[in-house]
Amino acid sequence: MEAVNLLSSNKYTEKQIGYLFISVLVNSNSDLISLINNGIKNDLASRNPTFMNLALHCIANVGSREMAEAFASQIPSILVAGDTMDSVKQSAALCLLRLNRTSPDLVPMGEWTARVVHLLNDQHLGVVTAAASLITTLAQKSPEDFKTSISLAVARLSRIVTSASIDLQDYTYYFVAAPWLSVKLLRLLQCYPPPEDAALRSRLTECLETILNKAQEPPKSKKVQHSNAKNAVLFEAIALIIHHDSEPTLLVRACNQLGQFLQHRETNLRYLALESMCTLASSEFSHEAVKTHIDTVINALKTERDVSVRQRAVDLLYAMCDRSNAKQIVAEMLSYLENADYSIREEMVLKVAILAEKYAVDYTWYVDTILNLIRIAGDYVSEEVWYRVIQIVINQDDVQGYAAKTVFEALQAPACHENLVKVGGYILGEFGNLIAGDSRSSPLVQFNLLHSKFHLCSVPTRALLLSAYIKFINLFPEVKATIQDVLRSDSQLRNADVELQQRAIEYLRLSCIASTDILATVLEEMPPFPERESSILAKLKKKKGPGNLPDIDDTRWNVNGSAEHSEDTESTNKSPPSLMADLLPTNRPRPASSSPTLLSAGTMGSSHPFTDLLNLNSTPSAGASLLVDVLSDISTPAPITVSEDNFSRFVCKNNGVIYEDQLLQIGLKAEYRQNLGRIYVFYGNKTSTQFLSFSSSVTSSDTLKTQLNVHAKAVDPTVDGGAQLQQVVNIECLSDFTDAPVLDIQFRYGGTLQKIAVKLPVMLNKFFQPTEMTSQDFFQRWKQLGVPQQEVQTIFKAQHPMDTDVTNAKILGFGVALLIGVDPNPANFVGAGVIHTKNTQVGCLLRLEPNTQAQMYRLTLRTSRESVSQRLCDLLSDQF
Amino acid sequence: MIKAILIFNNHGKPRLSKFYEHYNEDTEQQIIRETFHLVSKRDENVCNFLEGGMLIGGSDYKLIYRHYATLYFVFCVDSSESELGILDLIQVFVETLDKCFENVCELDLIFHVDKVHNILAEMVMGGMVLETNMNEIITQVDAQNKMEKSEVTSVLA
Repeated sequence: MEAVNLLSSNKYTEKQIGYLFISVLVNSNSDLISLINNGIKNDLASRNPTFMNLALHCIANVGSREMAEAFASQIPSILVAGDTMDSVKQSAALCLLRLNRTSPDLVPMGEWTARVVHLLNDQHLGVVTAAASLITTLAQKSPEDFKTSISLAVARLSRIVTSASIDLQDYTYYFVAAPWLSVKLLRLLQCYPPPEDAALRSRLTECLETILNKAQEPPKSKKVQHSNAKNAVLFEAIALIIHHDSEPTLLVRACNQLGQFLQHRETNLRYLALESMCTLASSEFSHEAVKTHIDTVINALKTERDVSVRQRAVDLLYAMCDRSNAKQIVAEMLSYLENADYSIREEMVLKVAILAEKYAVDYTWYVDTILNLIRIAGDYVSEEVWYRVIQIVINQDDVQGYAAKTVFEALQAPACHENLVKVGGYILGEFGNLIAGDSRSSPLVQFNLLHSKFHLCSVPTRALLLSAYIKFINLFPEVKATIQDVLRSDSQLRNADVELQQRAIEYLRLSCIASTDILATVLEEMPPFPERESSILAKLKKKKGPGNLPDIDDTRWNVNGSAEHSEDTESTNKSPPSLMADLLPTNRPRPASSSPTLLSAGTMGSSHPFTDLLNLNSTPSAGASLLVDVLSDISTPAPITVSEDNFSRFVCKNNGVIYEDQLLQIGLKAEYRQNLGRIYVFYGNKTSTQFLSFSSSVTSSDTLKTQLNVHAKAVDPTVDGGAQLQQVVNIECLSDFTDAPVLDIQFRYGGTLQKIAVKLPVMLNKFFQPTEMTSQDFFQRWKQLGVPQQEVQTIFKAQHPMDTDVTNAKILGFGVALLIGVDPNPANFVGAGVIHTKNTQVGCLLRLEPNTQAQMYRLTLRTSRESVSQRLCDLLSDQF
Repeated sequence: MIKAILIFNNHGKPRLSKFYEHYNEDTEQQIIRETFHLVSKRDENVCNFLEGGMLIGGSDYKLIYRHYATLYFVFCVDSSESELGILDLIQVFVETLDKCFENVCELDLIFHVDKVHNILAEMVMGGMVLETNMNEIITQVDAQNKMEKSEVTSVLA
C-alpha cells in the first residue's frame, strides 16, 4: 500500500522506489493491481519521458493480464506517435512485445503495424533494435502483415555491415558495428524465405558474404569481447544461410568457417560450431561438406573437457551419419560410451541403437552392435531397445543363427547385464535349436547357462526365462526331465511371486500332459512381427523435442513388438471376430485369469484349446501391439469419419461390439418395447491410462429429429485405464425413418484429443412387434396390401451359406414372427409383424424365397406404407 | 527471451535475482540452488553455455553465464536469443556496473541493490534486451541519479 502511495508521488525518487518495489515484489495477481494500474495510467499520460519509461518498465516487468487489458490499446499509439522520445519508443516497443507474449489476444492489430515496420528506418539505433525484436515476434505470428520489413531489414543490415563504423553513434562494441542490431535483423530475416526480388536477394547475399569475409580478417582487438561480438553476428549469418538453404556456395563457405571454429581454442566457439553444424548437416548441399569434418568431431568427442561440448559432438555425429560412415560413427560412439558422462548415456544409447538399425548393411553387425551396447551400458538400455533387437531378429531369418550364437557367447561372461539375460533368454528360447548341433552349445549347456543367471535376476526376467525353458522342452526333448525338475522345485512352485508361481505350475502341467504335437503348436516359433518402425526414435524425440532430430523422417513411427506379452502362445489364438463381437466385456490385454473372450474363443472350437484354457500370459497379437502403442504415447487422432462398419451386423441382433480401435471398445446392449427403446452403451478403455474430458452425445440429422427422439444421459468425464463406462440412451420412435443417429465421442488420451463418431444401430425394424397369424389370415392380408406401391421386391445373391436355421434366426432377430406352415412351399420363409411408432402402427408382411441352386433369394415385403416397405427391404436384403 | 537473471557468489549466496516469468518464491529459491549447482561445478575454460536445469524448463532453455572473481552472472534464455550476444550483454552489464560503482565488488551489489536493479532495468525490460549501448545506459542512470540528488537536496534545504 505504501508502495502505491510512493508510486503516485510526484517526486522522482519516491516514484522510482515505488516502481522498483512493485516490479521486484508484486506478482502478477496481486489485489493491489487496480491501484497500481491507476498510477501507471497517470504516468503514461504525463508526457514526462522519465515517468513514462518507469511506467512502461513496470508494465513490462509485471506483464500480467490485467495490465495487458488496461494498456494494450494505449501503448501502440505511444510507440508510433511522432513526438515520442526515442527512449520511450524503445521501452514502448519492448513493452508491447512483452504484452504480446503474455496475452496475444489482447494486443490489437491495426494500422499501427504498418508504421512499426518503418521504425526500422529510425535514426536511433536503440529504437531500431527494440523494433526489430518486436517485429520478429509479430512476424512469426502473422508473416503476411510484416512482409515489407524484409526489404527494410536488408537495407539496414547492409548499411551496418558495409559502413566504416562512424555513423553508428555509440553502438560500436569493441570495434564491431552494432552487433546486437545485426543479430536481431538476421533473426528477423530468418522468419521469411529468401527474398523473391532479385536485387534484394543479391544485396542480402552480398551482406552475408561480407560477414563471412570479415571473419577472415585479422582481429582488430585482442580482447575476447571483440571476437565474441564478431562471431555472434557470424553465427547468426550462418543460421540465416542454413535457413534459406538455397545458395550452395554460401553453405559450403559457412561449413568451412564452422570447420575452422571446430578447432578454435575458444570453447564457446567450438560449442556453437558443433551446434550450427548439426543443422547444416541436414541440408542436401552441405551434407557432404559436413562429413569431411568427421575426424575433428570424433576427436572432440574424445578430448573435449566440457560435457556440454561433448554432447553437441554426439548430436552432430548423429546428424551427419549416413550409410557410408555409419560403422565408423557407431564404433566411435560405442567406445566413447564406456566412459561417457552419466547424464548423456541414455540418450547416446538410443542414438546408437537408432543409427545401428537405420544404416545396418548386414544384420550381424547390427546384432553385434546392440549386444555391445547392452554390455557397455546395460543400465541405460531401455526396454524399447531390446524389444527392437528381438523384433528384428525374429523378422530376419538369416540372422537368427548368428544372433543365437552371439548371445550364447555373450552370456558366458561371468557378470552380464540383466538386459542381456533377457535378450539371451528370448533368443535362445526361440532359436536355440539353430546352434544346438555344436557340442559346445548343446541344449543342456544352453539351459545351464541361462539357469545360472536365473537367481540373480528380477521377477520379470525370471518369468521370461521360465517361458524360455518351456520353449526348450519343445525344442529339445532331451532336456525335458532337467527342466521339469527345475520347474518342480519349491523355489518355483511355491514362489512368493504369483506370476512366477503360476507360470511354473502351468508350464509344468503343460509339459506333463500335452502330447508333443500340441506342445509343438502351442510353443511354436514366434511369427514375424508386422513391420513397424522403431519406437526408439519416438522415445528419443520425446526426450529431445522435435527440433533436435534433423535428418530423420518425420513420420510418426509406431512401436515395435513387445516381448513379454506376446511371449509364447499367442500365435495360435485367433478367434473369429464375430465371436469377439458378441461379448460385451472389454477385450483388455490382461495377462492371466478369466478373460471371457479367451475362454469362449477356446471352448468354441479354437483348434488349440491349451492356448486359452491355460490362461498363460498371452494376448492376441493385436493386443500385444496395442500395449506397446500405449507405451509409445503417440496416438494419431482418428479421422472423424462416421464409423458404420458394424452397423449392418446389428440389423438382426441387439447386442455386440459396434466399434473398436486401439484405445476404445464400444459395446451395445439394446432393448425395445413397442415404440420405445433403450440402449446401454459400454465404453471400454483398452489402455492403462485414464481418458480425460470424456464426453459422448448423440446427434441426428434434421429430418431424423422429427422422426426419432433420442436422449443420451450424461457420463463421467474420466474413464480409468482398463475400466468400463456405461451410458444409457433412450429412444422414442415418432414415425417411420431411414436415417440413423450418430454417437459422437470425444476424449483426451495422452494429451491428444480423440474424436470418434459411430452410427448407432437404431433401425426401423427394432420397433417391430411380432404377430402370429394363420395361413388364411396371412394371405388375406397379403392380398389387401396389393397396391403396387405397397410392395417392394428384390432379388439378390446369397452372401452367406444358405442355412435354414440361420435364416430362421435372422428373421426372428429382425423382429417379425416367423410363420411356419403358412407358405405352401416349405422352403420359403414367411414373417409378419407390426411396427410401432408414436403416431401410427404399420403392419408388415414379408416373404423370403430361397433358390438354392442359383444361390439367390427373392425378398418381398408388403406394408401399408411405401417408405416402410422400402426401408425394411433394404435392411433385410443385406443380411443373407 | 530472457527468463531469469541471477547473480550469486562462489558459495551460492544469491546477490541479485530477477525473474521475468512468474514463479512462486519456493520455486525461485530452488531454481537458484539448482542453477548454482549446475554452474559451480564446471571448470574454468569450459564453454559458457549449458542446458538449463529441469526447474527452469530443461533443454529448451540455455544457461549462459560468466564468472567474475567471486560472482557468477547467469542468464537463462530461450532459443530466440543469440548465445554470444547474451554473453556480450553480460559483459556490458558488468562494465556498466563497474563504471557506475567505480570498481564494482560484491559489497556494492549488497548495499546498492536498488541501483543494480535500476541499471538492469535500463538494459533488460520484461525479458527483452532494451539497450546495449553502454554510454546510453550510463547517461540514463546518471540522469536519474542527478534527479534523485536534486530532490534530496531540495528536501534538506
